[in-house]
Amino acid sequence: MPQTANADGKSTASPSKHLKARVRNNIELLLILVLAAISLAFMATQSFGFAVRLIQIFCIWAILAVSLNLLIGYTGLLSMAHVGFFGIGAYSVAILTTNPAYQSLSTDTIPIIALPFFAALPIGMLLAGLFALLVGSVLSRFRDDIFVLVSFSVAIIAHNVLVNWRSVTRGPFGIHAIARPDLGFWAADGRVEFAIVSLIFLALVIYVCWLIVSSSFGRVLIAIREDEDAIQVFGYKATLFKLAVWVISAMMAALAGALVASDQTFIDPNSFILLESIMMVAIVIMGGLGSIRGSVLGAMIFVLLQEGLRFVPFIPQGYVGQTRMIIFGLLLTALMLFRPQGLIGRYKL
Amino acid sequence: MKSIIKTETVTKRFDAVNALDHLTVSLPKSGMTSIVGPNGSGKSTLINILSGILPFEEGLVVIDEQHFRVILPHENPSNGLTRTFQEVRLFEQMTALDNILVVLTKRGVFQSLLERTNSELHGKAKELIDSVGIWHKHDSLASDLSYGQRKLMEIARVLAMDVKVFLFDEPFAGLFPKMLDEVKQLLIALKEKGCTVIFVSHNMDIVRELSDHIIVMDAGSVLAEGDVEEVLNLPEVISAYLGT
Repeated sequence: MPQTANADGKSTASPSKHLKARVRNNIELLLILVLAAISLAFMATQSFGFAVRLIQIFCIWAILAVSLNLLIGYTGLLSMAHVGFFGIGAYSVAILTTNPAYQSLSTDTIPIIALPFFAALPIGMLLAGLFALLVGSVLSRFRDDIFVLVSFSVAIIAHNVLVNWRSVTRGPFGIHAIARPDLGFWAADGRVEFAIVSLIFLALVIYVCWLIVSSSFGRVLIAIREDEDAIQVFGYKATLFKLAVWVISAMMAALAGALVASDQTFIDPNSFILLESIMMVAIVIMGGLGSIRGSVLGAMIFVLLQEGLRFVPFIPQGYVGQTRMIIFGLLLTALMLFRPQGLIGRYKL
Repeated sequence: MKSIIKTETVTKRFDAVNALDHLTVSLPKSGMTSIVGPNGSGKSTLINILSGILPFEEGLVVIDEQHFRVILPHENPSNGLTRTFQEVRLFEQMTALDNILVVLTKRGVFQSLLERTNSELHGKAKELIDSVGIWHKHDSLASDLSYGQRKLMEIARVLAMDVKVFLFDEPFAGLFPKMLDEVKQLLIALKEKGCTVIFVSHNMDIVRELSDHIIVMDAGSVLAEGDVEEVLNLPEVISAYLGT
């Protein structure tokens, strides 16, 4: 809010500036919502199945963005390692649930465990959490640029492990026949059912994140983001708080990975490259740092852009992917220039 | 004179410069102690070392009879001390209220995860912001507060701490007379509560008015210490301060 200071140090808001700022903020938000609504209507006209597919993809990106925002937006940790935990979740569920009948036909066999999805999911999240604890105990000692660089290496190492640990991951061949959520009396074997499961998990993740950021713990995270030394002086061991949120965020990314694996029923290491982490960070920044709603909105716009561009007539099909990246890059640049806190964020990078 | 904090031959180097040079000093337990000296004499470095913001290379620090060769910043409350900073360091993109609430909450990770702002915490934060007279600004971001209000907020934040030793690094710098009086009263109130108040200042009028004990530093060492009037009239102190 624009303010001026008078002689005795008290500040007064300028009403006209205040009004302008409010109008500008609301117009920007309104524009985004209108755009999103138009795009949604456009998608819905394509086909019901396509719309359901979009919801499914949106849920995955939203879980990733909301969980990553805990690190970037709330704690100030610009992490590029999220894709690593995403991959661990996906591969854990894939390895633990893959169908033995199919795998016996494979040339590069891996141990067959054949657990149901809902048994594999917590194991995958726990494994990602343990890996995060291991990595985080080193990473939480770093700050700023060094932290970003080291987090890059985590993503790169994770991808290389997925490619090269063939006796467990089948390397570039990937893993097929991954189980879908099945409760016995109800199975998510159709697209609509799976989208419902994903929406439920997204709602849970949003709720847990809200609980975290609205707790005293969340307030300490923001203080760490603002001034780590200062908050430590008041008795908070910042490394422990950073480690805790790092592990929680990693487990949520693993959940998104598990959903992707189960949805596609096939995964290979190409889905877990560094570019995916960069896209996640871009969504978080675009939606708004330090805002759960912002991350959800960011994921929505990203998916609409990603899928909607397929239907723009003057873009040849072969160039859709590249065009998408260019547009996304331009959007981010414009945002950083004119709205560095993101669409509905509160914190500026 | 019983001391609450002692340093024994503490040395802090920044490259080739000894910011503190085998510093041995005692800070009395009771009353108000001022630390003065020309720029670069090591006053803020001493505060930073006592509060764990900076590590020291040599020597020993004794705080309330506990001996330290390493001080970690998060141990300040358990060491019984808190501090303000020379350059105000509020949590800029948090509201004034949140700046206080954050230091009132549980220190443990799990306890803080389960804790939510309740009326008791809110009431305590209100009381603290009220005590520095800027409750009307509790919803403003710290970055939107005026310089004086930011200084007051920083003082309110240390008042939230249940400790015995308060270190203030230049609490009066850049304040209007009215706010300067407010800050003086807050420090006097702490002293009257039996707390140890140690402050760094360049304002000699305030130093004379408030201090029960003075320490003059120069080039990382103690140049003189003792009664305020006596010390400030020593020729070597006048020379160090005025460069004559």
